[in-house]
Amino acid sequence: MPVDFFLVIAALLFTIGSVGVLIRRNAIVMLMCVELMLNAVNLTFVAFAQEGQRMTGHVFAFFVMTVAAAEAAVGLAIVIALFRRRRTTDVDNASLMRW
Amino acid sequence: MLHLLWLIPLLPLVGFVVNGLLGGRVLPRRVVTVVGCGTVLLAFLVSLGAVASLSDLEGAAASPEGLQVDAAAHRVVQEVGTWLPLGPGPDGTALSVSWGFALDPLSAVMLLVVTGVGFLIHVYSAGYMAPEPPAAYGRFFAYLNLFMAMMLTLVLGSSLPVLFIGWEGVGLCSYLLIGFYYDRPFDAATGLTCADAGRKAFITNRIGDMGFVLGMLMLFGAAGTLDVQGILGQVGTLGGAVCTAAALLIFLGVCGKSAQIPLHVWLPDAMAGPTPVSALIHAATMVTAGVYVMCRMAPLYQAAPEAMTVVAVVGGLTALFAATIGLLQDDIKKVLAYSTVSQLGYMVMAVGVGAFTAGVFHLMTHAFFKALLFLGAGSVIHAMSGEQNIRRMGGLGRYLPWTHGTFLVAGLAIAGIFPLSGFFSKDEILWMAFDRSKLLWLVGAAGAFLTAFYMTRLYIMVFHGDERFDDETRHHLHESPRSMTVPLVVLAVLSFAGGWIGIPKALAPGIPNLFERYLSPVFAAGGAAHGEGHGLAAAAAHAVHVPVGLELGMMALSMIIALFGIFLGWVFYHARPDTPARWAESARGLYRVVVNKYFVDEIYGRIILTPYYALCRAASWFDRYIVDGAVNGAGYFTLGTSYTSVGFDTYIVDGLVNLTGYTVRGASWVFRRFQTGIVQSYATAMVLGIFILVSVYLLTTAP
Repeated sequence: MPVDFFLVIAALLFTIGSVGVLIRRNAIVMLMCVELMLNAVNLTFVAFAQEGQRMTGHVFAFFVMTVAAAEAAVGLAIVIALFRRRRTTDVDNASLMRW
Repeated sequence: MLHLLWLIPLLPLVGFVVNGLLGGRVLPRRVVTVVGCGTVLLAFLVSLGAVASLSDLEGAAASPEGLQVDAAAHRVVQEVGTWLPLGPGPDGTALSVSWGFALDPLSAVMLLVVTGVGFLIHVYSAGYMAPEPPAAYGRFFAYLNLFMAMMLTLVLGSSLPVLFIGWEGVGLCSYLLIGFYYDRPFDAATGLTCADAGRKAFITNRIGDMGFVLGMLMLFGAAGTLDVQGILGQVGTLGGAVCTAAALLIFLGVCGKSAQIPLHVWLPDAMAGPTPVSALIHAATMVTAGVYVMCRMAPLYQAAPEAMTVVAVVGGLTALFAATIGLLQDDIKKVLAYSTVSQLGYMVMAVGVGAFTAGVFHLMTHAFFKALLFLGAGSVIHAMSGEQNIRRMGGLGRYLPWTHGTFLVAGLAIAGIFPLSGFFSKDEILWMAFDRSKLLWLVGAAGAFLTAFYMTRLYIMVFHGDERFDDETRHHLHESPRSMTVPLVVLAVLSFAGGWIGIPKALAPGIPNLFERYLSPVFAAGGAAHGEGHGLAAAAAHAVHVPVGLELGMMALSMIIALFGIFLGWVFYHARPDTPARWAESARGLYRVVVNKYFVDEIYGRIILTPYYALCRAASWFDRYIVDGAVNGAGYFTLGTSYTSVGFDTYIVDGLVNLTGYTVRGASWVFRRFQTGIVQSYATAMVLGIFILVSVYLLTTAP
């Protein structure tokens, strides 16, 4: 199976994830989209590893998963702290640094 | 005493400084009088001593300290110090003008006349000016003393610049003293104030002074020196043209100072000043300065016969012209003023015909009787409480005995009645004129007749006949105080006997003509050197050949003319008093012309003054609109450019600065939109940026 298929899917996933991060207002949904981007990257790594018969991609995928987990935990902690303050998860409200 | 020559002009100057600074308000009136009169008295005494020493020159020590003695010419020069060190002249010798005072017989005569008569007038002024407030009294004596100092500088000056200082100085004092009553009007008819009269005198004088300066400079250029004797010594080598031109230019100055035609106009208006001023300045001293200068420069004039002719003609014309005007004046002082102009004409005419001694003789006798006439007039005016119109006088003889008597003596003297002084001096002039030109003699004789006539008129209308004034004035009539009458008496004695030192040889063969002998060192030398028939020596030689009988006959004729004038005056004004009115009626046009002084002032006004004032107005306009316009224009221009600059600064420079601000503001308004505070928009920007960068990278690097 040509590696391009996997790359295109990964690209699509990444684009959807990034657009979601940019557009969705719900913080939790944003985090989910970030997970989506990360997973797309994972897929890209694994696809290249499979095509080149090397282990580098696989290892890197592990690292990314670890970081993603940690980052998801921290992100959720921030969302909970934010929610406690303002009883909403709408990120459009967090604009005190605007002009 | 000769080494004290410098003291003579200095003493009155000290009096001027003291009275000028302290006299008005600080010093009591008596001190002012003593200072004012005392300095002149001292000057007179020093002059006496100096003149006495002059006669004894051979006996004196040779060249005492600072003096240069020239025994042959009977002259002593004292140089006090260098005034203008002028540097090397064209021939290498150092030129300088020093403060030099010279005394010779001519200046001796002038010195004694000026200080002597001056002293008498100062004493008279103490009485005449007594009603004045202290400030004015002090000012008057200060000015009088300054005048004496200047006149003495003029008389004693050994070089032309020193003489000129005195010349200008007396002109200045004349202005100060004529305009003494600076806040009073003078002539209702012409609207002249006393200050205007003073200005008129000074300005007319200045016109003459211009001629004097030009002549002086011409002589300097030709002779290389300004010392009088230095110039006179070179007269032979200067050439006829230079001598004539310089003589005529100096004569212009003389016309101004001695009031000859056409510059005589200031003297009648000078009567605006107090009467002692008229006596001192305009009868005895200042006006005679012109005659003195011409006698001083006698060799110069003798080298310029054409100039002498001009001088003689002008003098003769003035003598006659002024006498005709004096006939019809009603102000006592104006009559005397025109009489002065006329007598000055005689002196000038004498100089013109070469009779220098006669001119100086008449100068001296005229000083006596004219000063006396003016002081007497002052006495009359004082008694009449300020009235000066003779038509409102009359019969004052019995109220003012001393004034009356002395005035009569003076009147006879000026008319030329034997044996008073005026007879001798005037007759000598007429005799010399007869020798030169019968026509000039005729003019002089006519003038003499008129002189006798108008003096008789004046005398009769003031002191005789009906009293034409009111009782109010009569109550105030009183003879003047002794301070005023004593000088009158002294002058009367001098007027009577003053001529006896100059009795011509023809009249009294045994008695020498002392005056002529005294002045001979001054004039005979010149005449002998330039024996052109005009010098006194030549005339004396000439006179020997003329029969004595002719001279005696002329003397008798002069007496007859004078007596006839007096007789006619008596007829016109005493015996048949309606005669003058009848004559005036029958010759109305001529009468009107003469009474209005031949309209000389009006002619001058029309021809000279009006264009001059127009020129002044034009100059003023030019100054105000063009010169000031340029200056103001520069100001406005600066203002305009400054406005432009301000505009530039405000709108362009500041505009640029503000533009920067606006630009930043606008740009920041744009860029502020980026700071939404919303993290997602930041993230959007990041993604877009990455996308662009990667695209650019991928597209520019060839696959």
